[in-house]
Amino acid sequence: MKINLKINNINRDIDVEPGEVLYDVLRRCGFTSIKKACGTSSCGVCTVLLDGMPVPSCSYLAVKADGHNITTIEGIKEEADRIGKFMVEEGAVQCGFCSPGFLLTVIAMEREIENPDSQGIKNYLAGNLCRCSGYEGQLRAVKKYMGVSE
Amino acid sequence: MNIKKYLRPLNIDEAYGLLQSKNAVIIGGGAFLNLGNREVETAIDLSKLNLNFIEEKNGEFLIGAMTTLRKLETSSFAKENFDGVITKTLSCIMGVQLRNTATIGGSVYGRYGFSDIITTFLALDAEVELCNGGKMSLEKFLEEKIDRDILLKISIKKDNRKAAYINMRNSSADFSLINVAVAMKDNRFRICVGARPKRAKVAYEAMSFINSSEVNEETALRAGEIASTTLQFGGDIRASAEYRKELCKALVKRAIMEVIQ
Repeated sequence: MKINLKINNINRDIDVEPGEVLYDVLRRCGFTSIKKACGTSSCGVCTVLLDGMPVPSCSYLAVKADGHNITTIEGIKEEADRIGKFMVEEGAVQCGFCSPGFLLTVIAMEREIENPDSQGIKNYLAGNLCRCSGYEGQLRAVKKYMGVSE
Repeated sequence: MNIKKYLRPLNIDEAYGLLQSKNAVIIGGGAFLNLGNREVETAIDLSKLNLNFIEEKNGEFLIGAMTTLRKLETSSFAKENFDGVITKTLSCIMGVQLRNTATIGGSVYGRYGFSDIITTFLALDAEVELCNGGKMSLEKFLEEKIDRDILLKISIKKDNRKAAYINMRNSSADFSLINVAVAMKDNRFRICVGARPKRAKVAYEAMSFINSSEVNEETALRAGEIASTTLQFGGDIRASAEYRKELCKALVKRAIMEVIQ
């Protein structure tokens, strides 16, 4: 099937299999920032933004995304860099495998929620699992980045 | 999931006709696509059928089947009615990524035992509207053997009932190992217990007791005890039947007390 995806603001016509998930299609197109871990929508590692909303690309059929805007880290390098600096400063990164999905979710949260508090941040990021950091560093980094003092 | 054909019908009749063919399935959000290794001849996408809506009409709230969990969770309807119990219930479900994908129709039509939202909808006395089966209570829908139909929408009466939802999970990203929803209208309680691990049920004996008693901590606990002995519980990877029964007592009590506060 032929679909059209606007990936990082560039329109692409792509041939996909009916059962192919967005993760596989985006990787095939060269967007290798996207990683996969659980494969069951549970861990958030494969997160991409679909029309600005975080979705699990491992379980999102590519055909369902036809005509939509997809954002990967490659498309928002400057924003990702800005958050990344806070993460480095707070020791929030170890292996980095979950970082692309995590950063995209933070960016979506920033756009969606005005002035989140500490609990709001935790709730929004609950779907992004990290097996290295224990979350405290990530939380400190995001709170500093978003100017949340509590 | 291995899909051979993917179709987006333009009207309900066409979708229903396609569904009657061999090995055809409706794809809701597709959130649980990878939980099985199913071979599907025809996947039917309902996204062109205008089933993505939340509206109020003739004293009822209507929720379209293709509405995502996240859209419902963050809607003013969910936040401002029934003590925000729908928002509270949905926000417990995994992460925003999954909730941006999974649909209300997929969650309800799947009649999953672990479902959180089915338990809450049951307490709110929701109704479902099916393409072929018409309108019926959610309670009846959960008990009937309905196959190859299409869920169009959920309706809930705007009756200002108070409600509470409590669940227990082994970890926040896991399914409920038990969940309880309690609603109260005109001082009459409706108690529902889900993830037993089978489908949610209405605890009629417990309701009968609490509705004929003065409500306090002691009677609320007794209602929980009655629910735990009159409903059936089973064991699975998440919890034993005995553990679920014990939790049921405490959760029913807490939900009743939360509703009357």
